[in-house]
This record gives sequence, structure tokens and C-alpha cells, in this order.
Amino acid sequence: MSARDIADVQVTAPALVSLRAVGKIFPSGLVALADYDLDVREGEILTLLGPSGCGKSTVLRLIAGLASPTAGAIDWSAPQVKNNIGVVFQDATLLPWASVFDNVFLPLRLKGVPREAASPRIEEALAHVGLLNFSRALPRELSGGMRMRCAIARALVTRPTLMMMDEPFAALDEVTRFKLNDDLLALKRRFGATIVFVTHSVFEAAYLSTRIVVMSRRAGRLVDEIEIDPEIPRDDDYRSSKIFADVCRRASRALRVSIEEATP
Amino acid sequence: MIQKPSAIPWRDIGVPLAVLFLALALWEALVRWKNIPPYILPAPSVILAKLVEDRELLFSSLMMTLGVTFEALVVATICGVALALLIAQSKWLERALLPFAITLQVTPIIAIAPLLLVYLQPGNAVLVCAFLVAFFPILSNTSLGLASVDFGLRDLFDLYRASPWQKLIYLRLPSALPQFLAGLRIGGGLALIGAIVAELAAGASGQGTGLAYRIVEAGFRLDIPRMFAALALISLSGLAIYGALAAFSYVLLRGWHESARAQDE
Repeated sequence: MSARDIADVQVTAPALVSLRAVGKIFPSGLVALADYDLDVREGEILTLLGPSGCGKSTVLRLIAGLASPTAGAIDWSAPQVKNNIGVVFQDATLLPWASVFDNVFLPLRLKGVPREAASPRIEEALAHVGLLNFSRALPRELSGGMRMRCAIARALVTRPTLMMMDEPFAALDEVTRFKLNDDLLALKRRFGATIVFVTHSVFEAAYLSTRIVVMSRRAGRLVDEIEIDPEIPRDDDYRSSKIFADVCRRASRALRVSIEEATP
Repeated sequence: MIQKPSAIPWRDIGVPLAVLFLALALWEALVRWKNIPPYILPAPSVILAKLVEDRELLFSSLMMTLGVTFEALVVATICGVALALLIAQSKWLERALLPFAITLQVTPIIAIAPLLLVYLQPGNAVLVCAFLVAFFPILSNTSLGLASVDFGLRDLFDLYRASPWQKLIYLRLPSALPQFLAGLRIGGGLALIGAIVAELAAGASGQGTGLAYRIVEAGFRLDIPRMFAALALISLSGLAIYGALAAFSYVLLRGWHESARAQDE
């Protein structure tokens, strides 16, 4: 299968959220995004790949509603999608004084769900990420990978339609990252949420995604878009397959273009 | 997995205690060897004897001073935290109020005390003095704490559309706790200083019965051992207040805040 074939996979799922001609200029005058278009399609794992400072985190923050665009529009297929987004940040961003249980409880607590009513859902979310035995531990007592699992459980506990993940595994060692990548795919199969994933790792993007969008450092211009058949099982065989190698090669080339574009 | 905080290592208590006993022994030896009269420099044994002899008088004065210090600290904590919360709500309130709090802080309390004694009953003047000096560190530290919330956590609360009240209860107050406790530790020590300073300023005119008044009174009578005895009690009170607040802070922050963890690891 050549790189061209990868792109030929037809995906016709409807868009969950669409960014149309979106621009973001920070008060400092920095142009983070200009005239940016993106559809997030239902059920996909979309990876935004690009060098640091290309605006991929900005895209994520705009979709999550943590920042507003200075130009263009963000259209939602349904308002309830917008109101129930799970976000996993670069750091686990856990409340350091609260137990694992209370950290996962937080989104429900903020929505006014009483502790007793929330408890089964919290335990379910903790069980999914393998932290049920650590529900009373404080974040300080967890390893980096476990803290990230806790953050994932917290994002899952509201059963979001859309999950946004901003380089969540960047700080972890490779073995832990591989494990968490597999766990994430398993969770995705179980919950079926749409995932927007930001990374600067070509291999991680190629392994997880059903679609990769490579962004340029020049205000988020799109350099390349790579579709990967969602039917392909993601396992060790996939990691050593020709398709995986092709995706990596094409994504690397696009990434190189995007970096060269930005270097004067 | 979960580490229990270890007890305070013996060397943290043993070493300073050993130094203290050594210094006291040298002092005792010097006084005996040089035959220094007690009205110039009393030996530690004489001071100790005086402490025992005047225990009822000194103990009631100690309770008086500690009571005022404690009351002042409680009021300063309530007012300091309340004002910090108010200031955190708006930049305008901060602009309007903070300069006055700072002015109060930078004016030496010993210069304010005589004025307070003109307008207030001596007992109340002492309380107000102690309050004034304890108030500012609690206010400024709590303000700092409320303002320095982790950006990621702020985003998280915005994401889940937390109300300002929820942000305060679940995020800003716990975030501010370490700084607040640091302010409380400073405020506790300063409240004692404020109380002592006001009593000293009241001097013979006051009807105060606190430890500082005992020092002034003993000074008039040239009862130097009693001056030392009262001084020792003041020092011990300061240490006790600091120790109690440090322990309080350790219990609250243990497990999650770096300042408390550093002692364990």
C-alpha cells in the first residue's frame, strides 16, 4: 500500500465540530492561527501533528471553549456535545490535596452530582484505567503514568462525546507510553468517544490515529492530511507493518516541510 | 505505597537542647566563678528558683499575655482572610484598600501604641496593637495564595464551567492554604510581639498584668531575676506559638505540599 492509498480510505462520518476560517491572535500580537479550517468527524481519532508553536494546542483550547477565536466560527453539530467535552492536559493537572477518588469526582461535583450518586461512576472510571486500588492515594504518591491515568479517568467520568488530549503522554517513558496508547485505544473501543489528540511524536500519531493532520508553524497552515483505515487493528503487528511505515514516512516528510517552512 | 511521615528526628531536638544546656552551664559557672551579684546577672539556677517562687504571679501574667495574643491572632486571621477574599474579587478594591494595609504595616507599632493608649482602655489597646501587627502578614500571604492558582487547574475548572463560588471553595482556598499557613506562622509570632510592645508602652500607667508589665515592674524594683524569669516565659511562649502553628501547618499540608514533604524525604 503506497502513501497515496492511505489517503484514499473514504470516511464519511458527519462532522461533530467544524472550524471555519478560524483565526486566533493573542493580545501580544502573536498570530497563533489564521484562516484555519478543520472538521472533527464523529468517532475518529484525529491527531494534530506539528512542531512546537504551530498552534495545535490553540486549536484544542478553542474547541474546548477555553479560548475564543478572534476570527471565523466554530460550529457544533449539537450543543450537548459542546457542553460535555473531556480534556486531558499535558500535565495531569490533579488537585494535589485531593485523593484520586476526589480528583475523578471533581467534574461531577462541579455539575452538582452528590458523592453517593457519583460513586459508582467514579469507581467504574477508575476501574477502566486500573486505579481502583489507589482511590484513596494522593497524586504525590502516584507515578507519572498513574497520574495521567487518573486524569484520563477524570475526563471519562462525565462520558464525554468528545475527548481532547493535549500531548498527554509526552512526559512519560516509552514503555509507559506504549502501554497507555493501548489502554487509550481499548477505552476508545469501549466508550466510543471521538478523540482529538495533539502530539509531536510521529510514531504515536501513526499508531493511534484514524486521521493525522500535519500543521505548519506558520499560523497553523495545513501541510498534509493522512487517513488511516480505522479497521486495521492497532497492535505490535501494526507497528511493524508496511502501512505503519508508510504513514510514519509521509508524516515525517510533512513535519519536515512544516519545520523548514518556519525556518527563515 | 503510602509513606507515613516519620517522627521528628532526635537530632533536630537533641542538638539545640545540648547547646542550650551547655550555654546555661557556662553561664552558671561564670556567675559563680566571678561572684557576679544577682542584681547584675542572676545565674540560671536563681532564675529558675524565681520562676518557681513567683509561679502564681508569673503564671497568671503568662495566661494574660497568651490570651491577648491568641485573641488578636484569631481576629487578625478572620479579618486578614476576609480582606484577602474581598481584594481577590476586584482590582478596584485592591487599589482602594491595600495601600492602607501597607501603611499600617510599615508604621512601627511602638509609635502607634502610645496613641492607642490615649484613646482605648489599656487592655483593648494591647489587643489592637497585637492585632495590627499580626493582620498584615496573614492578609498579604493569603492574597498571594489566592492569586497564585495553577493555570492548568484554572483551565480545568473553566472547562467544567465552575461557578465563582465553586472555584473559591474547591480550588482557590485549598491552593492558598500553604501561603495562608505561612502567614499565620509569621502572624502568631508578631501578635506576641505586638502584645508585649503595647504593654511596655503602657508601662506604669497601665493596669495590665501581662508578662511585659511584670518586666517593667520588676525593673523598677531592681528584681533582675524576675525580669529574666518573665523574659524566659515570653521566649518560651514565642517558641510554643511557633511550634504549635508549624505543627498545625504540617498536619494540614502533609502528603501534598512540598513544604511539608521536604521534612519527610
